[in-house]
Amino acid sequence: MIKSIGAILKGMWTTFKSMFEGPVTVQYPEEKRPVRTRFKGRHELKRYDNGLEKCIGCSLCAAACPADAIFVEASENSDEKRFSPGERYASTYEINMLRCIFCGYCEDACPTEAIVLGDNYELSFTDRAQSIYTREKLLDPVPPGGKPTPQKVQPGLYDRSIPVMENPKD
Amino acid sequence: MEAVDAGLLIEWGVKAFILAFALITGFAYTTFYERRLAARIQVRVGPNRAGPGGFLQPAADGIKLFFKEEFTPASAYKAVFILAPIITVIPALIILAVVPFGTAIELFGREISLGIADINVGVLYILSVASISVYGIVLAGWSSNNKYSMMGGLRSSAQMLSYELSLGLAFVPPILMAGSMSLMDIVEAQRGLWYIAYPNMFLGAIIFYIAMLAEVNRSPFDMPEAEQELTAGYHTEYSGMKFSLFFMGEYIKMIAVSAIFATLFLGGFRGPGIDSYPLLGPLYLLLKIIGSLGIMIWLRATLPRFRYDRLMDFGWKFLLPLSLANVFLTAVIIVVFGL
Repeated sequence: MIKSIGAILKGMWTTFKSMFEGPVTVQYPEEKRPVRTRFKGRHELKRYDNGLEKCIGCSLCAAACPADAIFVEASENSDEKRFSPGERYASTYEINMLRCIFCGYCEDACPTEAIVLGDNYELSFTDRAQSIYTREKLLDPVPPGGKPTPQKVQPGLYDRSIPVMENPKD
Repeated sequence: MEAVDAGLLIEWGVKAFILAFALITGFAYTTFYERRLAARIQVRVGPNRAGPGGFLQPAADGIKLFFKEEFTPASAYKAVFILAPIITVIPALIILAVVPFGTAIELFGREISLGIADINVGVLYILSVASISVYGIVLAGWSSNNKYSMMGGLRSSAQMLSYELSLGLAFVPPILMAGSMSLMDIVEAQRGLWYIAYPNMFLGAIIFYIAMLAEVNRSPFDMPEAEQELTAGYHTEYSGMKFSLFFMGEYIKMIAVSAIFATLFLGGFRGPGIDSYPLLGPLYLLLKIIGSLGIMIWLRATLPRFRYDRLMDFGWKFLLPLSLANVFLTAVIIVVFGL
């Protein structure tokens, strides 16, 4: 009996101390926790520094996608109206976020590092149509110093579609 | 025989209304207090969205419960099923009628005592009214026609009977010390020193606190409503306002027994400056009630539920002999020291 009273008092002391520890709660909508470096959130379509899109419309991401969430349709580039280096660009790029499982295989399959899973995890929709993220929604904004696509460029300057790549450092 | 004093009737009516209103508001904010304090103990924040600091949370809960569907099982015994929550809540509301909230004050040229009734057998009134509410729980369990509810009702009747003995015996030392069963006299007898300061009374206070936790079915004695084993026990089949009446009964009883505990052992409404400012009385009592409720919540956030056989063992083989011994000890001390 004495032993169990001691145990109860010990427990009471533990909870008493925890009363003054202060809450560990993150007040979510006001306060957000930073995500990890390789966090797989909403996809982003990247651009080069001059504003050209990295995506060349090859559909490898759509082929790699296990959930069949990606739809790509490519069109021809010309030097008058250039969207991306090389022959073709993605004129339609749609990801169905209800199907996407955020596995990141599209990122791995991409030959130009055009599609990257970003940090945004706040994806919610009120109907199915809203769950389809189009090219315009997914594309990054034009970087400072770059020009928006389509660009009018010098002929023969951007005939290579795959850039020189390095291994990721992070 | 003097004529019926209309002023007296109005005075009692107003006082009773204020007390009932205060208890219902107090019930709402006790739930809030419990949720916030238990959250702190568990290193959380607790409800803080409704209103500033979550202060309107009880109102939101009340509105939600009000609009919930009232469901009565097809095989339930309807009259008793509806009566049971009422039988639970009424004793909880009237139990505080004999507790004094302060000395008399002058108001509108009348001497108004703070407290509904100061009857000379106040302690017996409390014990008998407190035992009525067990009927509500047993009838709720039986009329639901559900084996879990039935088990909950049976458990609660056995538990309340076992602990009521210790509770009754824990009332005896303050009665002996004060030489009166009126709660007003017991408070006045603590003018010098609170009863909890005497070693034998300290033991009595602990016995009283444990027995009163069992009496109001608070954790760690919340066997009748053990969620994990009995799917909420006697109120399994209740929803909407009928459920909230049980909830209300439980929390108002928590407030009531805290007030009685404060009155018997913590000097009731007495505190510094009470003789010159009688209005401080209710405030002091309120502070003591809040402290006592805080300990209840703290216990709930700490201790797991007792196993049923251990609960019975503890009640009959430990608490009851101890409270008997304490009555004896108190009597001896009174005789020896001539208190």
